[in-house]
Amino acid sequence: MTAVQKGNGKLGRPGVPLIDGIDKVTGRARYTADLEHDDALVGRIFRSSVSHGEIIRLDVSKARALEGVIAVVTGEDCPHTYGVLPVAMNEYPLARERVRYRGEPVAAVAAIDAETAERALALIEFEVRELPAYYTSEDARAPGAVLLHEKKSGNLEREVHHEFGDLRAGFAAADLVREQRIHCAEVNHAQIEPHACLAEYDSLSGRLTVQSVSQVGYYLHLMLSRCLEMDTSRIRVIKPFIGGGFGARVEVLNFEIVTALLARAAGGKVLMRLTREENFLTHRARPQTDIKLKLGMRRDGKITVCECEVVQRGGAYAGYGIVTILYAGALLQGIYDIPALKYDGYRVYANLPPCGAMRGHGSVNTRHAFECVLDRMARELGLDPFAVRRANLLHAPMRTLNGLTVNSYGLGECLEKVERASGWRERIGKLPRGKGLGMACSHYVSGAAKPIHWTGEPHAVVNVRLDFDGGVTALTGAADIGQGSSTMVAIAVAETLGVALERIRVVAGDSAVTPKDNGAYSSRITFMVGNAAIDAAKKLKTMLVEAAARKLEANPADIECVGETFQVHPGGQSSLPFAEVVKVALAERGPITVSGTFTCPEESQGGKHRGGAVGSTMGFSYAAQVVEVSVDEATGVVNVDKVWTALDCGHAINPLAVEGQIEGSTWMGMGQALSEETHYLDGLPAHASLLEYHVPTIVESPPIEVHIVESHDPYGPFGAKEASEGALAGFPPALVNAVANAIGIDLDELPVTPDRVVEALVERRRQQRLAATRRAAS
Amino acid sequence: MLTDRPEPRKRLLRLRLNGRWREDAVAESELLVDYLRDVARLTGVKTGCDGGECGACAVLIDGEAMPACITLAVRCEGRSIETIEGLVEQGRPSRLQRAFHEKLGTQCGFCTPGMIVASEALLRKTPRPSDQEIRAALSGNICRCTGYVKIIESVRTAAEAAP
Repeated sequence: MTAVQKGNGKLGRPGVPLIDGIDKVTGRARYTADLEHDDALVGRIFRSSVSHGEIIRLDVSKARALEGVIAVVTGEDCPHTYGVLPVAMNEYPLARERVRYRGEPVAAVAAIDAETAERALALIEFEVRELPAYYTSEDARAPGAVLLHEKKSGNLEREVHHEFGDLRAGFAAADLVREQRIHCAEVNHAQIEPHACLAEYDSLSGRLTVQSVSQVGYYLHLMLSRCLEMDTSRIRVIKPFIGGGFGARVEVLNFEIVTALLARAAGGKVLMRLTREENFLTHRARPQTDIKLKLGMRRDGKITVCECEVVQRGGAYAGYGIVTILYAGALLQGIYDIPALKYDGYRVYANLPPCGAMRGHGSVNTRHAFECVLDRMARELGLDPFAVRRANLLHAPMRTLNGLTVNSYGLGECLEKVERASGWRERIGKLPRGKGLGMACSHYVSGAAKPIHWTGEPHAVVNVRLDFDGGVTALTGAADIGQGSSTMVAIAVAETLGVALERIRVVAGDSAVTPKDNGAYSSRITFMVGNAAIDAAKKLKTMLVEAAARKLEANPADIECVGETFQVHPGGQSSLPFAEVVKVALAERGPITVSGTFTCPEESQGGKHRGGAVGSTMGFSYAAQVVEVSVDEATGVVNVDKVWTALDCGHAINPLAVEGQIEGSTWMGMGQALSEETHYLDGLPAHASLLEYHVPTIVESPPIEVHIVESHDPYGPFGAKEASEGALAGFPPALVNAVANAIGIDLDELPVTPDRVVEALVERRRQQRLAATRRAAS
Repeated sequence: MLTDRPEPRKRLLRLRLNGRWREDAVAESELLVDYLRDVARLTGVKTGCDGGECGACAVLIDGEAMPACITLAVRCEGRSIETIEGLVEQGRPSRLQRAFHEKLGTQCGFCTPGMIVASEALLRKTPRPSDQEIRAALSGNICRCTGYVKIIESVRTAAEAAP
């Protein structure tokens, strides 16, 4: 694939395969557990068997004395808390004084082999004075409940109360007001690569090297420094290949710090591989959520007011909780025109594994409720679901009531695409019983405009190097976790420089080499790192053009690049090949390294109200989708026959990767809609395997027809926005709306499992019988 | 504390691995996945679950796709084992490997070796599979990235590329 010269973002069309794809398909790619570890000790974690209690006794002496055990660490070895939000670090890598969920790490061992490590765990003596444990938001919030954390009355981690616009006027203007309660089960990322960490401590130099599955190497670096009381300069964090993230690894995880603690205690190398069950215990995913949503609507479908209450069961520790509960309210906006809005959010502590960020962070469950209620009200008013969405579209550029900037907006076009592609107008209402169509819309941020750790630095930095070999190396801290971000960086640099993609090499995620990056979260990489890559490449290009001009004795303004040839415009009689230009440029100053940066301006960083920065972004992606289902009324089984998804990603830098992201996020929404849920028995996860936690297999996964919409964002790299998360939230409501269309039943709970469908059908029959009996009696 | 742990019983295992015969002393309890990863250093064979749930460890045993994580190494005596690494011929990726790369049948890549190995078994038996046959053949392999759309496309493309 060769580059198109002009900076028009055309490189890559119809798309380029991932630059690291060959390594993946040949089995060469090394993930954390594949790294050389012959000389490594085996790490294992001892976990709490009770949900809530005070630690009375922890005796590791017998474990320590076992032959082959090299190190044992406990909470004594780390008196520092860690966490992703500077304001909410309330978790120890290994519990101290108290345990708050079943499966919480309490101690860890490093031994010469797995069997010895397991035997050592069995020798650890652990006594706890049990405290009452709470597994539901309701129980945890009940008056008199024991507090999980001091000063957090009602076991509330955070309460949010936001109000914008004139609510009373909104209700007065409404022709129809409806209120609905919606319940969404907790789900898990279930990324296929289990968590793993390889840590090496060199006692002689006092240096620590950690290779881990993290999406946020920089935060890991900071937390290792904090928890191990080590100078950051003595720590190196390297990202190997990563087998998916979806948010599972966007905060530092306990096992990463524990592995480093073990390596230091052992004075060597420790490999920690978590089981799938431990992955579910580590959790950090989308919380169980109860939503009460009230909408006011005019007869023509225009929304006049929205009131929303959200309760999230956040688990035992803070994690990203504050951000999640803020997102849930903030992202009610930025997609439709809502003149008045009230949001009340409650993030609750409970004695369960901590929740965190998961693809579509914070937005998914409230979007689900909103799109379901919108559909039901449309039905009552005799309006088409598409018409109701169209009655509420925004017009970019604009600023929402809560201060979010909308700079580009392709939702209208998304609606048109899926409406036409699905044959909606011809088919809706004409399908046989048991078959149905449903639709919904969604959106997501292209990077949180305000970084979590405010340092004053640019929000993204990419370094580009050029040396004697003529190879261009882009150095980025951005974590490619399979989404193709390194490929995006390569395309952005090649495109801007006007050189062949093969000339670009990307080195990513090694703190000793690559510039700091905040990480792979909030879909920030394409927008921020992409812009920084373009900036760096532009600077390099200026240097090369100047060098060519000197050699050709021309004005730099007259130098034109055609392929990898620099020539004098017009005519191009005198020209230089790329290799020659490199020689000239290097002769002057030696090998070149330039830095490109990107920062979201302050006006894009949200409202000034408390928590107003959450939800703010330079560019929202928008999506619309139609889902077609078949419902078996005897068994309650819902089959998804086909999905049409359109997503406005501003501009598709790599259309192939964009398609892959849209398909993957749509499908992940299907998992949450149809089959995925966690289930705890007195705090014990009963779902902790890939057999019990029902990720859809290829058999029940439908064809997904993708339509890319390009609204050309004014600030995105080549006009691009995110493409990895925006489509997810539309699937669950589109599915529930399709089921309603198929069998006339509105489901208020996710996931739509056969038992829930059957229960709803039985309930309807019961209601019909009661009504008939009443009619007969009267 | 000293322990009196009995040494595990070992056996000499002879098998054909990616075309070459080899012999290793392996414990009777050793799983094929551990033998392949730790002894033969074929880390393309992945572990994604706690046993038989995800398909990431699929290898070909006499041409049949099997999960290496629930297969004892000693059960492979005298048999032919092929892993993802063995599908590369003289540095050239197989048609399935090429198709998974070009059609983006791989994203994070962790399920990919198992997917390709299971697809290889399918194409050897059924050179022109229907979508339904592809779905059936890959029903034991979980992918969390792609939604399977491009995986099916990759297998189809590889089948069409067959001589």
